[in-house]
Amino acid sequence: MTRKVSSIKNLDWWTIFLYVLLVFLGWINIYAAVYNEEHQSIFDISQRYGKQLMWIGAAFFLAIVILIIEGKFFSAFAYPTYLFMIFLLVAVLIFGREVNGARSWFEIGGIRLQPAEFAKFATCLAISRYISQFNFKIHKFKSLVIAGVILFTPAVLILLQRDAGSALVYVVFILVLYREGLSGVVLFVGFLSAVLFIITLLLPKLNVLLIILGFSFICLKFMGLRFKQIIIGLSAVFICFGLVWGVIKALQLNVSTYVILIISISLNIIPFLYYIYRERLKNVIWVLLIAVGSLFFTFSVSYLFENVLESHQQERINDLLGIESDPSGAGYNVAQSKIAIGSGGFTGKGFLNGTQTKFKFVPEQSTDFIFCTVGEEWGFIGSTIVLSLLLLLIIRLSFLAERQRSPFSRIYGYGVACILFFHVAINVGMTIGLAPVIGIPLPFFSYGGSSLWAFTILLFVFLRLDANRLELLR
Amino acid sequence: MNNFSNRKYIIGGIFILVVLIFIIRLFNLQIIDDTYKLSAENNSQRQVTQYPARGLIYDRNGKLLVYNQAAYDLMLIPRQLEVFDTTDFCQLLGIEKLELIEGIAKAKHYSYRKASIFLKQLSSERYAVLQEKLYKFPGFFVQTRTLRKYPLKSAAHALGYLREVTNQEIKSDPYFRQGDYIGKSGIERTYEKELRGEKGVKIYWVDVFNRIKGSFRNGKFDEKAISGKNLHSSLDIDLQQYGELLMQNKKGGIVAIEPHTGEILAKVSSPGYDPEMFVGRAMNKNYQMMVQNDSLKPLFDRTMQALYPPGSIFKLVNALVALQENVISPATRFECHSGYHVGNFTMGCHSHASPLDLRHAIQQSCNAYFANVFRYILESPKFGSVQDGYTAWRKDVTSFGFGSELGIDLPNEKTGSIPTNEYYQTKYRKNWRALNAISLAIGQGELQITPMQMANMVAAIANRGYYFIPHIVKAVGEDGVLEKKYLEKHYTSIDSSNFIPVIDGMEMVITGGEGSTGALAAIKDIRVCGKTGTVQNSDEADHSVFVAFAPRENPKIAIVVYVENGVWGSRYAAPISGLMIEKYLNGEIAENKKWIEKRMLEADLINQAAASSTGVIE
Repeated sequence: MTRKVSSIKNLDWWTIFLYVLLVFLGWINIYAAVYNEEHQSIFDISQRYGKQLMWIGAAFFLAIVILIIEGKFFSAFAYPTYLFMIFLLVAVLIFGREVNGARSWFEIGGIRLQPAEFAKFATCLAISRYISQFNFKIHKFKSLVIAGVILFTPAVLILLQRDAGSALVYVVFILVLYREGLSGVVLFVGFLSAVLFIITLLLPKLNVLLIILGFSFICLKFMGLRFKQIIIGLSAVFICFGLVWGVIKALQLNVSTYVILIISISLNIIPFLYYIYRERLKNVIWVLLIAVGSLFFTFSVSYLFENVLESHQQERINDLLGIESDPSGAGYNVAQSKIAIGSGGFTGKGFLNGTQTKFKFVPEQSTDFIFCTVGEEWGFIGSTIVLSLLLLLIIRLSFLAERQRSPFSRIYGYGVACILFFHVAINVGMTIGLAPVIGIPLPFFSYGGSSLWAFTILLFVFLRLDANRLELLR
Repeated sequence: MNNFSNRKYIIGGIFILVVLIFIIRLFNLQIIDDTYKLSAENNSQRQVTQYPARGLIYDRNGKLLVYNQAAYDLMLIPRQLEVFDTTDFCQLLGIEKLELIEGIAKAKHYSYRKASIFLKQLSSERYAVLQEKLYKFPGFFVQTRTLRKYPLKSAAHALGYLREVTNQEIKSDPYFRQGDYIGKSGIERTYEKELRGEKGVKIYWVDVFNRIKGSFRNGKFDEKAISGKNLHSSLDIDLQQYGELLMQNKKGGIVAIEPHTGEILAKVSSPGYDPEMFVGRAMNKNYQMMVQNDSLKPLFDRTMQALYPPGSIFKLVNALVALQENVISPATRFECHSGYHVGNFTMGCHSHASPLDLRHAIQQSCNAYFANVFRYILESPKFGSVQDGYTAWRKDVTSFGFGSELGIDLPNEKTGSIPTNEYYQTKYRKNWRALNAISLAIGQGELQITPMQMANMVAAIANRGYYFIPHIVKAVGEDGVLEKKYLEKHYTSIDSSNFIPVIDGMEMVITGGEGSTGALAAIKDIRVCGKTGTVQNSDEADHSVFVAFAPRENPKIAIVVYVENGVWGSRYAAPISGLMIEKYLNGEIAENKKWIEKRMLEADLINQAAASSTGVIE
């Protein structure tokens, strides 16, 4: 085959149109967020909107360069790119510059770059490359471990830079793996973990335990156990509980009800297992395992939460869950952000008329909280339009991914869509109080060269691959 | 070829579901829930208090007593500080570099973003110089405040002073903010609410650092400050100043009242102080000095807080009570043999003709006469017992306003006291005898009366039976409203006709020829009525007292002069009273009385006493 740079008509112009539109809207909002009357020229590079204009120019240039490069190049160089990125992530830990407590920036000639932003692209390439290999089998333990290593290495390195938000992005690759055949159980377990995580933090330990217990017995009924059997099981637990309680009281030990309950359940596990084995109740064993797993999970959650997470992270999660709400403390950002968005009303206050964002009540308004400006100045209509445009882009990308002949391109396409989705979900979610405050940018909107370039590269590499969709890439 | 292609729907569904949840949430935040819109308004406005000008105080003739002057507090916002020329700065303000460093540290300790006072009350001269150079010192700015200014440096006790509010006052009155001033004594305190006016408010847009970004809706919701009301004091400042002059180097007080209104014309407490000492930065230092180091207690208001026995001037009250209770008539005569003698008891008197009738007894201030009068009252058969007689006497006496607060429009009025029947019953026995309390007959003993109450008594006599509550403000604001209680007559229990013989006696005190104790208070062509008093003082020289009113018909002024350690009423108090009355009624002192004026001005009872007590013999 001759070197056929797929013609311009093979490019997906819909996506490009959405991209340009979003970048333009983003820039307008950065202008509004940092607008002040002293610096009115839009090209004033002492101001953020002036700088952003430069980044946008550079991003367009990058896009064109990517479109010129042969599509095969990306799959061929997936691993080297990934390794180079890992190298940069290690290097930034050593040579990087610390900004706001995160050591995640390189400074080269006055321009600051954040390798974590580009690591998403490299990881996406590498994981696509790995999964699309013939010897990858989704249910093979070895394959899953290697995929895990590819995903976790950058995540851990980014976590070491104390940039938890960017590290969390890699969780979204579960969706990509799911699309490629990962068991739905993983998604289910993920969902269950999330629910357990939240109730563990919200409720006292004893209540969580009782919920798990009650839920398990209900499940047992659905698994075909007779009422009599369930009642006998329950009674066994209660009798045990009573005995243990009596003994503990007799010994005058100071032990909480929670611990007594745990002990009495543990005492029953072996007779239950024996009964299950004797009666060949295969379904029931799963319920029992999940219940025990859940117990173990709640233990580790409270342990992790109290001993591993840093206090500001605890506060943010607590605040999100409505525990210890403190609008001028840890919850300040979110409270101000909600005020800004809420005050926008149906049609908004109009371009440059936002008081909350203009007078800097909302922190980080041109970067992480840019959506506040949208909400305040453009109101419900504007926010909905912006959200819809982002959704449209993500859906369009999934659609494009589905039409790829080559698994590499398809996986990569889903990777791009999922990364964008995760950013939108967390970023917008935190501005309206539905997600914890973790600083990740809103794609194409937030101020900053690194993130804009990273998303541009991510997107246009896929468009380049899409233009070659008729070829089979390995 | 792909088994899992259906999963695209699940993944797409998740995408759509999340965005849908977000849109519902936005709908709730932006359209249904109103609280966020309200918070936004509050968030971005700042209300800046506009301070009203405090009301001015004039005297009864429209002379300005108190006005406002601008003071300039140099404020500092630490976060706006930049490098500046500290030597130049210190020179401009006249401070040491150490003070500057400490000042900045203190401000930083308070807040980086909020302004704190760096230097209080710069003089306007210093401010003028500083203002031009202020641009060189970012972070510093000047806030204007109002201080009081006293052009005549007089009547300090009456006018009072302002002080910064305490935290307790801020708590109890929501009007106040840190750094505000409040009237702490005198008129400034009583009429605080009228004088201070109402604060206004200006609303600005601000950013999150509270930095002003412009006027809120072009000032549509601003409220202008309302200036405090001007007060017209009843003081005649010329008379006041003249009184202060006459009382120089003496301890004591003068109170002059216009009888037919109760307006206080002059209120002198000596030694006084310059009201300017309580203004500005020197205030705390001066206050400490006056309270701790000055044995003469200049802050002590002797007209309203000093409790003195009234001495012989109280004979007037006893005469009136006796006439009212019908135990004597004006013609009743009593003998006096250089005093009053009953058994072992003797109350001395000076030598004079004997026997005397009531008028002459007042003129001569005969102790024996009034000892008899007092016994006549208490032992009168119509009361049944001395105790009931005393109670009746006390009731008549207190109708003059003694023993309780008069209700003057000035703070810290002392009540004084007239002992009760129970007091004597505890002190002596249940059936105590009139002789036990006989010193009340001549105004000595357990009586405690303020000069203000004495002046009020004279006013009641001048009015032949009633008084108005003395007050020092005659009009509040332009419409001149006054509290109703100052417009009501308070009647004593003495009938108007009973005053005539007493007033006759009082006139004879001045112009009765031989034996008139108050001759030095006489004024040509004016019928002055008065009474001297000499208050026995066990350790030191006796106090000199004089009460008077004039003219006899249609009195314009009632006065009391109390000079501590002035020995006889006739020596200082009477001539000073005469001069005050003459000054007030005629505007000047007649040539033939200039010698009295000179003698009074030169009299020095403070340094003399100090000299003798330290053993220096001149």
